Amino acid sequence: MSTTRSHVGRARRWPIVGDPIYEGSRIPRRVPTVLDVPPALHETDDIMQVNFGPNHPSTHGVLRLIVDLDGEQVVGLSAVIGYLHTGFEKSMEQKTWWKAITYPERIDYLGYQNNELVFVLAIEKMLGIEVPEKATWMRMLLCELNRIQSHLVYLGTSALELGAISMFWYTYRERETILDLSELVAGQRMHTRYFQAGGLAEDIPSGFFPEARKFVEIMPRALDEYLTILDRNQIWLERTQGVGLLSADDAIALGQSGPVLRASGVDWDLRRDQPYLAYDQVDFRVPVYTGGDVYDRYRVRMDEMAESVKIVRQCLDRLERMEGEPWIADDRKVVLPPREELHTSMESLIHHFKIVTEGYRVPAGEVYVAIESPRGESGCYVVSDGGPRPWRVHFRAPSFAALQATATCSGGALIADLIAVVGSLDAVMGDVDR
Amino acid sequence: MSDWTKVPGHISTKEEHGETTVVVERAHVRDACAYARDELGFNVLIDVVATDYLGWDRKGVSGYIGTASGRDLNTPMTQGLQALPDAKPARFSMSYHLLALQQGAPRVRLQCWLEDGDPIDSVIPVWPAADWLEREQYDLMGIRFHGHPNLERLLMEDDWEGHPLRKDYPIGGEPVRFSPAE
Repeated sequence: MSTTRSHVGRARRWPIVGDPIYEGSRIPRRVPTVLDVPPALHETDDIMQVNFGPNHPSTHGVLRLIVDLDGEQVVGLSAVIGYLHTGFEKSMEQKTWWKAITYPERIDYLGYQNNELVFVLAIEKMLGIEVPEKATWMRMLLCELNRIQSHLVYLGTSALELGAISMFWYTYRERETILDLSELVAGQRMHTRYFQAGGLAEDIPSGFFPEARKFVEIMPRALDEYLTILDRNQIWLERTQGVGLLSADDAIALGQSGPVLRASGVDWDLRRDQPYLAYDQVDFRVPVYTGGDVYDRYRVRMDEMAESVKIVRQCLDRLERMEGEPWIADDRKVVLPPREELHTSMESLIHHFKIVTEGYRVPAGEVYVAIESPRGESGCYVVSDGGPRPWRVHFRAPSFAALQATATCSGGALIADLIAVVGSLDAVMGDVDR
Repeated sequence: MSDWTKVPGHISTKEEHGETTVVVERAHVRDACAYARDELGFNVLIDVVATDYLGWDRKGVSGYIGTASGRDLNTPMTQGLQALPDAKPARFSMSYHLLALQQGAPRVRLQCWLEDGDPIDSVIPVWPAADWLEREQYDLMGIRFHGHPNLERLLMEDDWEGHPLRKDYPIGGEPVRFSPAE
């Protein structure tokens, strides 16, 4: 399934210190995430060490890169992370399962819906609870909208960093529409907490479908606009093509996933290769490019947005026919009882009180659930001791993996290319630092 | 699918929730990883997770136990008498989540057990991706990876004391700096 391919592109590589891990690899051997200054350059006075970040507009949050420059060329690099470490995993251990659902969204704050999904799926896997079909399709729809939203932020900001300021306004126009849809469904623009263990928090409001239809009509045209602005822009092409190379072998060795992996020529998408929700029932294509450069990562994301629109349309077709169907499992031990019952039913009141105060118990065990988030494989490893709180929660952050490739991608790059490389890896610092 | 008993240092194999957990001896972790990569085709290291099981089999505050048919009166519930989970062989577990990029997306969890202070071999020679993953577990859990070229704190500050994700790490406060007493 995977195809490997050697690098094509501008020969602007710097010799790697020591032996590479395998023939043709660009991974610096001693520490994969650190690019060492070549010994020959140690003696010269020309090396300048620049502290890039942690507060810099192009670092997408608080990433600090310590860069050694020889003129304009990057000869040494190491990333310092942890500025946004908030201890989510520790905090979640203190909360009941029910309350902990709020946290994952804030970890990857752009792929919030997908991150929420992965945690909810992990709870459901341990509980062995059946989710109604309507909830499954709605989850899929929201996750795809979220993927488009996340890619739009990537596109807007990375074009902005390379000087194409107007892109930012165009992409945020469409992003607004998606956030409005979120607000319509869940009452929140971001971090919706709309997914519950067992289904959805509320039924889909009737006004959602026409608005979502409008969006799927607008979006393909908007994508054409973006392509017109960027893809014929000579500056954009010059600055992205052949920059930040990552071979398929290196990408796999560095644990890459998502668009970064697919841009390096590896045909891999969990939505197709390990289907979750109802992805095996929708029709979509997995875009794969083989250049492994910044430009191909951009192309993968552009194509993915078009595919996501296709999936959203298919979800809408299904959901519109599910009027009146249940949106959450009927399991009173896990799912909150309907609000109106609280006034008339003693049992409902007790259930409600118990779930909110003590929380529901999840059987002892450990699970790992992985989904394809906008940034790649987002995974959740959960251990339960059978009590009302998770014993251990760990998130496999795709941004964390992507950022590890910075040193490999930046070998021999120019300082200006570094901006393009960091942008193209699309790391969300909340996700990296957790 | 595979014959897991051939994994170097194999102790036991467990199937749960459709996931395979292969427990191996701590001393053979790197060999087991190399075997999984070269012989079994698990070419991606997805994640490295340490879990602290300190106090795991002690009684805690129990939660709301419910069954579909209602309360099971034979199982005491909210009085703190919940059934204890099975005991674990050691304090820490190290889990390596592996993925094979092939049809069906096979996954496996290689697991080993260790006590506080036990060294464990770094798997960087097998997968470079382990660099930050292991540093994170060192930082937050205090697992010492033998042979890691750059085992320093990753997420916490360099001068941070303790390993926050351990169960005995105090929560709810940190030392106040520049207090009047200083």
